[in-house]
Amino acid sequence: MLEIKNLHARIGDAEILKGVTLTIPDGEIHAIMGPNGAGKSTLSYVLSGRDGYEVTDGEVLFNGENILEMDPEDRAATGLFLAFQYPVELPGVGNANFLRTSLNAIRRKRGEDELDAVAFLKLARGAVKQLAMKEDFLKRNVNVGFSGGEKKRNEMLQMAILKPHLAILDETDSGLDIDALKIVAEGVNSLRDEKFSALIITHYQRLLDYIVPDMVHVLAGGKIVRSGPASLALELEASGYAGLEAA
Amino acid sequence: MSTTTEATIQELAAQKYKYGFSTDILMEEFPKGLSEDIVRLISAKKGEPTWLLEWRLKSYHAWLKMEEPEWARVHHPPIDYDDLYYYAAPAKPVPKSLDEVDPELLKTYEKLGIPLNERAALAGVAVDAVFDSVSVATTFRDTLAKAGVIFCPISEAVKEHPELVRQYLGSVVPAGDNYFAALNSAVFSDGSFVFIPKGVRCPMELSTYFRINARNTGQFERTLIIAEDGASVSYLEGCTAPMRDENQLHAAVVELVAMDEAKIKYSTVQNWYPGDAEGKGGIYNFVTKRGACRGKNSKISWTQVETGSAITWKYPSCILQGDGSVGEFYSVAVTNNRQQADTGTKMIHIGKNTTSTIISKGISAGHSNNTYRGLVKIMPGASGARNFTQCDSLLIGDQCGAHTVPYIENRNASAKVEHEATTSKIAEDQLFYCRSRGLSEEDAVGLIVNGFCKDVLKELPMEFAVEAQKLLAVSLEGSVG
Repeated sequence: MLEIKNLHARIGDAEILKGVTLTIPDGEIHAIMGPNGAGKSTLSYVLSGRDGYEVTDGEVLFNGENILEMDPEDRAATGLFLAFQYPVELPGVGNANFLRTSLNAIRRKRGEDELDAVAFLKLARGAVKQLAMKEDFLKRNVNVGFSGGEKKRNEMLQMAILKPHLAILDETDSGLDIDALKIVAEGVNSLRDEKFSALIITHYQRLLDYIVPDMVHVLAGGKIVRSGPASLALELEASGYAGLEAA
Repeated sequence: MSTTTEATIQELAAQKYKYGFSTDILMEEFPKGLSEDIVRLISAKKGEPTWLLEWRLKSYHAWLKMEEPEWARVHHPPIDYDDLYYYAAPAKPVPKSLDEVDPELLKTYEKLGIPLNERAALAGVAVDAVFDSVSVATTFRDTLAKAGVIFCPISEAVKEHPELVRQYLGSVVPAGDNYFAALNSAVFSDGSFVFIPKGVRCPMELSTYFRINARNTGQFERTLIIAEDGASVSYLEGCTAPMRDENQLHAAVVELVAMDEAKIKYSTVQNWYPGDAEGKGGIYNFVTKRGACRGKNSKISWTQVETGSAITWKYPSCILQGDGSVGEFYSVAVTNNRQQADTGTKMIHIGKNTTSTIISKGISAGHSNNTYRGLVKIMPGASGARNFTQCDSLLIGDQCGAHTVPYIENRNASAKVEHEATTSKIAEDQLFYCRSRGLSEEDAVGLIVNGFCKDVLKELPMEFAVEAQKLLAVSLEGSVG
């Protein structure tokens, strides 16, 4: 369970989050929508521990543990996963090598045995197939020369292999065609169970046609201004975000 | 947000050089300082023929008239050449076989991960171990002899194969070539000698392991490798030294000769003690390495991973004389803390249709400075010559420097020369991306750096490539956070 309580965060002098409170119980998928500049990406970076964001108030508990004190790699080990809006290129680093290094780093931190090359490859090939990717995906360098859609699919591949307890998808749907969108949705839906939860940050409603959320929240002006069931997304699509900040 | 405290960084920096121990062994040393007498003494100690003594003396007198080069982008206090020992060797007589090697020495090499016991040795790698000034053990000599390969200390080759040594010694790097080469020619004490006869493909990797142990001692090894027509060999060298507060001088000369269709692959993993975080101590690594592709379609390939030394000054080069000959230079140079590296290559195209490839990867961290300096020279007769050069620099932190100084001289209109260069920083978003996938900051840097160096590391023999990857990570420990 993720509990965000009265979270305030700033970049330099600019206060971006002004008291976000949100709870995502295990097994639930919540969507955060909101206008540009509402603080959506800031929220995802603060949750995953990126440098440069100062938390000035509030707390974030993940399964009862305060994660704000943790390094990003330790948050990953507790089962947090951020699918990036702009996945980063790592020249010369093979995708399979990166995935295996990540998986084993997390397993080590959890006190589990590392996977050897054979066991890993079996796991990775299965995931590649499930996501309808070509096998040469594993041999290519991490995100180097990938199209926008391929980068997003690669995030889903990482998620499928790392099997997080909580996935944060930061506008993973932006710039995707309908087929890629379905693949992202399939990636999330296949992980759905009573232990898995997700926070889906999106600007548009269309991803939510494929991943039906348990709750939809509207983030505007650094606060959650409205929460409701999945139908809220449709309502927003029709009426837009205008006027919400004042609410 | 990183919780790596200053203390842990210092701890890492202090423990990172794991080869810093010294061996307590009775040594024989000549008096400090350099003079004609010392040169004569070294030559007499080795029972050398007159021609070699005369060559040494000529080199010594040439050296006296020369000045230390100042064009490299390196800075150090003046070296007092009279305050150095020019000869230091374990006091016991040179062993005839592995069974006679001093157990203390065997232990030293075990500790360094270089087993001299043949049964324990890496399968397929023959090792020559050079401790301070002399070679202490060479493994697998019988196996090699059956193939007709000579692999022995150069001091022994002078006695056993004088005609070969006399013919080739100084033929690629003449005695008066440069200040440090002249010094080496005067006082070199040992090193490896390799001869691969016509048509023979050397059945195993050859390797020399250099260790500086004694205090205030210069190491001046001399390596000579000859591959006759159609012969081929892959040779590896590794280097370490104890951690000492004084700077130590290492001025080696390596000469390679490749005849028609011959191939020599020379790989180095240089991990001399780099000095501490404040720049105290460390090896001055002033080395001349040069290969001559004398025969047609011959090939010389240099691969180096340079992580150690306080100062590195070295330019492994190829003289592409034979038509169709090929020169390659693959380099990774890492500098951290106060280290300085000025390294690169020279490709001299003389023959027709000669080709050269230069891939250089410089990584700078801490307060270090890392310079690529390279020359591509196409002579008038080198019709159809081609060169491709790629120089990439990676900066970690904002206190370090990367410099690229390419020289291109083209005197043949049909030649093609290409030069590409990039400079990048390890981006904060790359680090965060890796960390969000569970990698520690250090592991993330290691992964990114290894990716950056991949084009060079893949040129290394397998066992070395794995070593080199680890070494890169260790050399950069404490460079971020």
